[in-house]
Amino acid sequence: MNKLDELVASATSEFFAATEPAKLEDAKARYLGKDGMLTAMLKGLGKLPAEERKSAGAEINSAKERVESALATRRDALRNAQLATQLATEALDVTLPGRGRSRGSLHPVIISLDRIEQLFRSIGFDVADGPEIETDWHNFTALNTPENHPARSMHDTFYLQGEDGKVQDDVLLRTHTSPVQIRSMLAHTERYKHQASMPELRVICPGRVYRVDSDATHSPMFHQVEGLWVGEHVSFADLKGVVADFLRRFFESEDLKVRFRPSFFPFTEPSAEIDVAFMSGALEGRWLEIAGCGMVHPNVLRFGGFDPEKYTGFAFGMGPDRLTMLRYGINDLRLFFEGDLRFLKQFN
Amino acid sequence: MQFSESWLRSLCNPSLSSEELCHLLTMAGLEVEERRPASADFSNVVVAEVLSVEKHPDADKLKLCAVDVGESSPLQIVCGAPNVSVGMKVPCARVGAKLPGIDIKRAKVRGIESFGMLCSARELGLSDDHGGLLPLAADAPVGEDIRRHLDLDDQLITLKLTPNRADCLSLLGIARELSALTGAPLLAPEIQPVAAGVADTRQVVLDAPASCSRYCGRIIRGVNAGAPTPEWMKRRIERSGIRSISFLVDVTNYVMLELGQPLHAFDDAELSGAIHVRLPKAGEKLLLLNEQTVTPSADTALIADDEKPLAMAGVMGGEHSGITDSTRDLFLESAFFPPAAIAGKARAFGFSSDASHRYERGVDFELQRLAIERATQLILDTCGGKPGPVMETVAADHLPQRRPVQLRSARAAKVLGIALPEARIEAMLRGLGLQVEKTSEGFSVTPPSFRFDIEIEEDLIEEIARIHGYDNIPSQPPVARMAMMPATESSRSPMSLRRLVAERDYHEVVTFSFVEAAWEADFAGNAAPIVLANPIASQIGVMRSSLIGGLVGTLVANRKRQMERVRVFELGRCFYRDAAAGPVSGFCQPLRLAGLAAGPALPEQWGAPTTRADFYDIKADVEALFAPRQPEFIKAEHPALHPGRCASISLDGRSVGVIGELHPRWVQKYELGNAPVIFELELVDFLTASLPRYAEVSRYPAVTRDLALVLPQSQALAPLLAALRGASPNIVRDIALFDLYQGKGLRENEKSLAFRIVMQDTQRTLEDAEVEAVIAGLLAIAARDFGASLRA
Repeated sequence: MNKLDELVASATSEFFAATEPAKLEDAKARYLGKDGMLTAMLKGLGKLPAEERKSAGAEINSAKERVESALATRRDALRNAQLATQLATEALDVTLPGRGRSRGSLHPVIISLDRIEQLFRSIGFDVADGPEIETDWHNFTALNTPENHPARSMHDTFYLQGEDGKVQDDVLLRTHTSPVQIRSMLAHTERYKHQASMPELRVICPGRVYRVDSDATHSPMFHQVEGLWVGEHVSFADLKGVVADFLRRFFESEDLKVRFRPSFFPFTEPSAEIDVAFMSGALEGRWLEIAGCGMVHPNVLRFGGFDPEKYTGFAFGMGPDRLTMLRYGINDLRLFFEGDLRFLKQFN
Repeated sequence: MQFSESWLRSLCNPSLSSEELCHLLTMAGLEVEERRPASADFSNVVVAEVLSVEKHPDADKLKLCAVDVGESSPLQIVCGAPNVSVGMKVPCARVGAKLPGIDIKRAKVRGIESFGMLCSARELGLSDDHGGLLPLAADAPVGEDIRRHLDLDDQLITLKLTPNRADCLSLLGIARELSALTGAPLLAPEIQPVAAGVADTRQVVLDAPASCSRYCGRIIRGVNAGAPTPEWMKRRIERSGIRSISFLVDVTNYVMLELGQPLHAFDDAELSGAIHVRLPKAGEKLLLLNEQTVTPSADTALIADDEKPLAMAGVMGGEHSGITDSTRDLFLESAFFPPAAIAGKARAFGFSSDASHRYERGVDFELQRLAIERATQLILDTCGGKPGPVMETVAADHLPQRRPVQLRSARAAKVLGIALPEARIEAMLRGLGLQVEKTSEGFSVTPPSFRFDIEIEEDLIEEIARIHGYDNIPSQPPVARMAMMPATESSRSPMSLRRLVAERDYHEVVTFSFVEAAWEADFAGNAAPIVLANPIASQIGVMRSSLIGGLVGTLVANRKRQMERVRVFELGRCFYRDAAAGPVSGFCQPLRLAGLAAGPALPEQWGAPTTRADFYDIKADVEALFAPRQPEFIKAEHPALHPGRCASISLDGRSVGVIGELHPRWVQKYELGNAPVIFELELVDFLTASLPRYAEVSRYPAVTRDLALVLPQSQALAPLLAALRGASPNIVRDIALFDLYQGKGLRENEKSLAFRIVMQDTQRTLEDAEVEAVIAGLLAIAARDFGASLRA
């Protein structure tokens, strides 16, 4: 082994022995620095005879390249080792929970109302709202409810005390969302009264309603959604189609059984109760009463400003509380109104 | 309406199983609410005759009986019943019989073999009567299966009838419907007039013809009021849920159940002079059969004689004129009282009766004479007597009218969405007992006297749909002209707000709109809330004028469940009187959104300090709800809130809500431990939002300078910031507070506010000199108008 080879070998071994960057730089200086061995040998070339100079130079440069390469390799190794140490010390427990605020929740019945609104909006229904302290006229009279109807009694309907302390019998807490039908019809017919033909009225009315009733399955305050479609060609077959379609979409159950059976409401004729039966789950096969509906009674259309000879319509009313209970398997209506966070937090 | 299936089948008997029959009724609008067997399940029990009774040799209370069960030789049975006697017919459970809870085996009773058991009603599960053996009719055929003999395989069916179907409040009515639905023949009972045996009558005067337009009365003399009710009749009325009382009462109930006509029987000896149907005299009182003394309202018709009131017409008889066991002569009433005259009358006194239930829904006004004849015959058959002639008094002008209703086939098709052949329509209508005449467009249909619910074309359309079957009307997706719905970016829905609030860690609650009066006083300062006339409970007797009470109530309830961190919100209406408000005149019913946060600002966790949510945490939530708009927060007072930690929230100069910490007084009263922060906002102001407007983005560098000012402790930020912003030239892009400091280096009544001021021009790079001039200008304003100095 010639001298240069020895020098390269010793430099390589010194570099390898350096375990931190400063020591590596010291070692580098010994070979490649201003006063380094290789530098000195290159400087010494001038003293050689001219014919030797070229080959000696080439050898020295080759040795220098080899030393530089060894240096670069060692630098990389040291840098990688340092990075590995840094990464190891920086490692996190990724299983610790994320930090910060949690999320709240929407009320389960409101979630249902939202879904109901979205489903009906998708076939062109608008959403209407109305007052909860309502006039007797909108709540009963305009809905074709006779003067002596039991629903009007104080056993069933909440009335207010007037400022004189006596019962004020012209206003009440609405017992259903149906008065919003009347308000929507009146607004619609007023808006288009100067036109020969009106566009169709399609609206749903969600909201709180009140009845004098309180036990495990009745709450004095609960929710209802009213739906109304009035037009020149609206039939009972359409009612069946829309409501059955809705129920299957709402419960996301294509095989949901839906049946309509004759019933009676003062504000619809013909009238129907709607029952559903699930094809699986705890309630499998049982018919459950879920909504009331029918063709809007001609008197009601007339109160709403429509000519019942030209226009027909259907209306339905359903209880989103019950729909929600069925959808989520909730067994007690009262949970909706008790504000128990252990219950509410399940719906975020 | 409860009834026995076998009674119904005696009037119309389609070949359907019980289950099919019930389904058919339900799908025709006569909803079957319940169907249950008339008796518990048992077998191998037969009619037996007791041939002999001897004392048991080894037991005082037991007897040794020989019993004929229809076989070649009698059975020996040991029996302990006190009423066992020779010749009596009783149920006998034979060896191998399975009774409710007991299997009958051959057994030795005190050394003597017994081949079966003689049964009481309780042992067969028929009633609670265990006083002795169940005596059977003397003519009961020995050996007949008791289930057959007593018709125990019968089903009890309960209908939940809608109020329009009064015609189905009788067996005959249901049978008529069943016949229309199935085509099975209607086997109505044959009723023949009973000839008068005596000439006695009572005159009837209809003084209030609007309240009673037909009255049939008949005297029957010399009845045996003590005669027992025949078993078949007793069984039928009991299976209809009506207790058997005495034969004469049972007969009136039987005819009511069978035909739908309520009857009343007076003790003729208690009557004096003519019968009047009249309105009450002022203050007139009447003691009813249910022992309630009532003072009927001026529009409540009474049945009276010349001297005294006897009964509340169509509702209930009086205590003093009813029949008793000693009644010899009776006066039978079969009358028509129009629905409007009876509606609500019983309810006004807090009860209902079978009669009022039927009259207020509508009784067939041509049924009275038929019913009185039917009752007369049944009475004579069982307890004898001599009837007088039927006296029928009619106020013809006041009888209901049955006008023809026009039905257009095209209209029916339009409403139902399905065209039915005219022949089919006609057949269905006729099947229901309606009179049908063909017209050019369809039919002219006259409803019968028993239908009170057919007045307009739609009523007929419903009948067609019902009989055709709602199931047979197609369910079709509707066809409509499409028009796009508005989707305005500048208005937000309540639902989108709810989501925003929920995203900020609030849970939505729905609390009652009626609250405790104390909540209104405490949290809304409302001493005169809207009061419910008939609250469900006195502690929820007033309408809320603020959502705060419900939220604090929710906090209280959750604290009781050991929930420390409670963050809830509600979106709903509040209510207060306001003469100018609408749409219901006199009542303002605004929609509001309110939230409450109590306990730690963040859920307890490993990497964040546990600090209680304070005013500024919740203020950030409120600001986020308004974003991009920036409301003003103005120091204010509110009955629910801490006076030093409360702000009114103002948008475009209008107050739209309030935010603050609950007043320490209420924290103490409601035992909350520490104060929640609450906000309540008017929703309507939220629902509009401004559209974003583009402002040019500068390509030149921004310059940032900090300005720390020392100010009096009491100086509020908002006016200072407004003044600084107002005085800033256009190049100032933003002035933001980034630090608030109090303490070392400042005097006790001083604080330091530090602002970061960002300057930038869209056309050029700013020069140092103009930047310094802006800062100097702002400092000068702060010094001059707010006593500020530059912090060293």
